[in-house]
Amino acid sequence: MDKVLGQSVPRLEDPPLITGRGRFAADINFPHQLHMRVVRSPHAHAEIRSIDTQEALALPGIHGVWTASDIPDIGPVDLRADRAAEVLKPYRQPVLAKGRVRYVGDPVAAVFAEDPYLAEDGAELVAVDYAELPAIVSVDDPLGEFAPGVGTEVAIIPYSYGDTEAAFAAAHAVVELDLLTGRHSGVPMETRGAIGRYDAAKDILELHGAAKVLHRNKETLIRMLGRKPSGLHLYESHVGGGFGIRGEVYPEDVLVLAAAQRFGRPVKWIEDRHEHLMCANQGRQQHHWARMAVDAEGRILAMEDTFHHDQGAYIRTHGVVVPNLTMCLFTGLYRVPAYRARAHVRLTNKTPCATYRAPGRYEASFVRERLMDAAAAKLGMDPIEIRRRNLITKAEMPYTIAFDEPEAKDGEIDSGDYALLLDKTLAHVGWDSLGPELARRRAQGELVGAGIGMFLEEGGLGPSDGARIAVDTEGDVEVITGGASLGQGFETSMAQICAEALGVDYRRIRVIHGQTDRIPYGIGAHAARTTVMTGNAVHATALAVRAKALDVASEILQTPGDELVIADGTVTRRGRATGPSITLGEIAAFLAPASKNRGAHAPGLNAEEFFNTTETVFPYGIHFAVVRIDEETGHVAVERFVVAYDVGRAVNPMLVEGQLVGGCIQGLGGALYEEFAYDPHGQPLAVTFADYLMPTAAEVPDVEVLLTEDAPSPHNPLGIKSAGEGGINGVGAAIAGAIDAAISTPGAVTQLPVSPQRMRELLRDRQA
Amino acid sequence: MKPAAFEYHAARSVEEAVATLAEVAPDQGRILAGGQSLVPTMAFRLATPEHLVDINGIEELGRLAVEDGVLSIGACVRHAAFHRPVTDGGLGAILTFMAGHIGHYPIRQRGTFCGSLAQADPSSEWCLAAVTLDATITAQSTRGRRTIAGADFIQGIMTTALEDDELLVETRIALPAADTRFGFAEFSRRAGDFALAMALVSFRLSGGVMHDARLGIGGAEDHPRRIPQAEAALDGQPPGSQAFEAAAAAVAAALDPMEDAGTSAQYRRELAQCLARRALESAAESAAA
Ligand SMILES: Cc1cc2nc3c(=O)[nH]c(=O)nc-3n(C[C@H](O)[C@H](O)[C@H](O)COP(=O)(O)OP(=O)(O)OC[C@H]3O[C@@H](n4cnc5c(N)ncnc54)[C@H](O)[C@@H]3O)c2cc1C
Repeated sequence: MDKVLGQSVPRLEDPPLITGRGRFAADINFPHQLHMRVVRSPHAHAEIRSIDTQEALALPGIHGVWTASDIPDIGPVDLRADRAAEVLKPYRQPVLAKGRVRYVGDPVAAVFAEDPYLAEDGAELVAVDYAELPAIVSVDDPLGEFAPGVGTEVAIIPYSYGDTEAAFAAAHAVVELDLLTGRHSGVPMETRGAIGRYDAAKDILELHGAAKVLHRNKETLIRMLGRKPSGLHLYESHVGGGFGIRGEVYPEDVLVLAAAQRFGRPVKWIEDRHEHLMCANQGRQQHHWARMAVDAEGRILAMEDTFHHDQGAYIRTHGVVVPNLTMCLFTGLYRVPAYRARAHVRLTNKTPCATYRAPGRYEASFVRERLMDAAAAKLGMDPIEIRRRNLITKAEMPYTIAFDEPEAKDGEIDSGDYALLLDKTLAHVGWDSLGPELARRRAQGELVGAGIGMFLEEGGLGPSDGARIAVDTEGDVEVITGGASLGQGFETSMAQICAEALGVDYRRIRVIHGQTDRIPYGIGAHAARTTVMTGNAVHATALAVRAKALDVASEILQTPGDELVIADGTVTRRGRATGPSITLGEIAAFLAPASKNRGAHAPGLNAEEFFNTTETVFPYGIHFAVVRIDEETGHVAVERFVVAYDVGRAVNPMLVEGQLVGGCIQGLGGALYEEFAYDPHGQPLAVTFADYLMPTAAEVPDVEVLLTEDAPSPHNPLGIKSAGEGGINGVGAAIAGAIDAAISTPGAVTQLPVSPQRMRELLRDRQA
Repeated sequence: MKPAAFEYHAARSVEEAVATLAEVAPDQGRILAGGQSLVPTMAFRLATPEHLVDINGIEELGRLAVEDGVLSIGACVRHAAFHRPVTDGGLGAILTFMAGHIGHYPIRQRGTFCGSLAQADPSSEWCLAAVTLDATITAQSTRGRRTIAGADFIQGIMTTALEDDELLVETRIALPAADTRFGFAEFSRRAGDFALAMALVSFRLSGGVMHDARLGIGGAEDHPRRIPQAEAALDGQPPGSQAFEAAAAAVAAALDPMEDAGTSAQYRRELAQCLARRALESAAESAAA
């Protein structure tokens, strides 16, 4: 196998998964384990007057029942991001509610039993006396008290640069919009799960079923549980999807660990779907009031946006990352001379929110692209032309977006050719004929239209990640990383990078991830970092192993190192495949610690290297949608969806496509189907899959992917950018534009998701 | 989502099933058919029956037959049995078309026709069929057998004429005249979801006008029912947009639709009106048998 980097080679992960040998959290069992069931608040906001656990404790098979008073030494679930921000600390979620519950699903007590059925029986017997309090359900409701003296507006965060006031005063035209994004989230096929185990012989506390950011979570958990770094480890097994929400530290993770230690028995908790839909992080719900100033030619003079961010009941591990992400790339691919944004981060009595795939960005792209469509309509311009006119050009790269606020992170865009991607997208969809064709169909009475959403992404946040690689005497390679696999093909892509650099078959590479006892550092898998950071660390380490192998081979083969090549695990002279050779396995044997030949060489064919960077990468994309609306039922059918995306360089195009298509379908969910709705008392209305409507294969088109590699990143040797969020970012924006076009009513869509009933209302408004 | 403890009884005959049911009915004993409605509600502990009487092992309840002009559907006949027409002509074809709208493939392999009637979900396709096509339902208990007309059987959301100790043994539908045309239309958010509204229609044609018109609406009100005002707007009229629009308008006027957090009464009414017209159009297009 010569070239493997950049090829769509089959996934290494698949054999166990497709033969039913996968090992997910629920598959993990330990002898003598207890099962945990969490008693949850049925009220959105209430005071806890008393909790009576006697009856539950009396039930045979119940091993223990905990309330907050049983774990007085365990603090609230700590922050991972924004750790230093004192203003956020009062809003952290207790592991078990103390005195007050703040959303339906808030953990109040934990029942530990011999089997999961008994645990549920016991949970039903825990009697909690509540005094209901008024609930804040809408983020626009008057502010209230989170706790005595602590208000529900957590922070007001500004982002700005340039003179917006002057720009609006001098504008040829101003558009102003009031927009809402609906509450939805990542809903992985596998629910959360946590199995705590205390190994008394080694004094190590273990958390199984962990995911995403194991090393960071370990830091949080040792802080919360007062353990030494060497006394707590996290283990990832197969993970059935993450999307940002799985793998954060939640109350249940802390509970199983504390209980395993106290009871001296393993404790297993598997979230059920009902719990998942009311307890796992939700997201996206924001209310925006946005304005944009343009000149007579449609050039943007300024953007302004104020929004309420619905954070739900508590500040979870992410702090206020999502509102920050909404603001920092708000201006997208456009040249915007002046910008001013203000986020009001507010608590409501609903499930807490945090990052969901393209956090803040899906929301921002919806708002920004709605502004572009509105400006086009106001000036009588073509929506594509107004966008093209405002694109940052290739000649302007690298391009810096510098904010006035010292704490706001500047955007230093590494590379991009946005106009080229727009040209390619329009050519791909055949816009010259498609546009007139849609107009013709509309003239015949069909409600069809196209919409576009353009966006900028950011990924590969450092500062540092490392890898360890060792070749054994059989020539097999072990790559140890601090990365994590949520199903995205991590093992395959890391193996490809290593294989290419080292000269081995990628199928002989075993990639380790998600085990904190194998490597003491790691960035896990989040914020589209893994391929960039861990990938480049693997690359650097593989090159170091290669150098070591060639060094030894040149000695053995009596040939200068630069005349040697490694292919398929064998070192030969360049152009002399049949001449003298030595395999990597033989070199590893030569370098074995006890080897007589080793001489002065350090033992082992192995290396450890790091990739360090202060820079991030900025991939970008264009989403293009064609929808057809059933006027009578309000059903919106997506006829076509194109994701055009520049990934810099694709390690494995098939995996990138998988990321983009999956993300796109989730985006369609948020645009048309999925919504965590609540009644006026804060009762969640979508707690089963009958009410939380995820699109299925029957609802979505074959997503077309146009993957380009026109703007590799200059910031890393592989040139790669990130791919995790490019499929979802602009979907809401594109669908909104397409619906407007289909019903020939610019600005019609002001709220996501567009359910059929809302669509009918839009059609009725249009007739009126 | 683990059910509360219950006692399981596997009945081997109808007699044994009704005898056991008579015993356990006072202690919240329930029949277990396909389990596609009952088991999820038990998992949520919304239902906590102390006894389940499983009828899946009773061979005679699997009977699906056409005899003497009547289609008989035993209590264990699955939705999937209708994936292919069970009888010639329009009736077999329309039941096949309707079956395709019930949940998803795996659900149709377990769920039963009669279980759907016993469950009486307002959006059940089979409940709409039973009401519109005047099915006859046979119930049996230790007290004996009785028959109930489809329209009397279904009384409201998950409420039927069945007594706690009665087993629904079979449902019978008289075969319609060979020239009867059928049409069905429903709207749901996603493929396989319970419908927000649905319409089943049938009529015959002679001398260029419709007669024996039936028009039933499901999913909109708390139980499916025929809409006599709409049927009156069809009988004696030539099939075509004028009569169909009039019947659809009569549907909209007659309905008192349910309302819930996600769906307004007005939207359901509009849907029912549209679906009634679409069902009529498809009946007009379908070739008479
Ligand atoms: C995801 C999903 C989607 C679905 N979508 C649809 C849909 O679109 N349309 C639709 O109509 N249905 C739908 N269903 C429900 C499905 O059709 C069920 O199979 C049906 O409602 C009940 O039939 P069952 O045989 O499974 O009954 P069970 O679940 O076994 O029983 C249901 C109830 O009826 C009683 N019962 C059952 N049989 C008898 C009998 N012979 N005598 C007395 N009592 C009896 C039981 O005691 C119980 O109370 C869906 C189900 C699921 C899980």
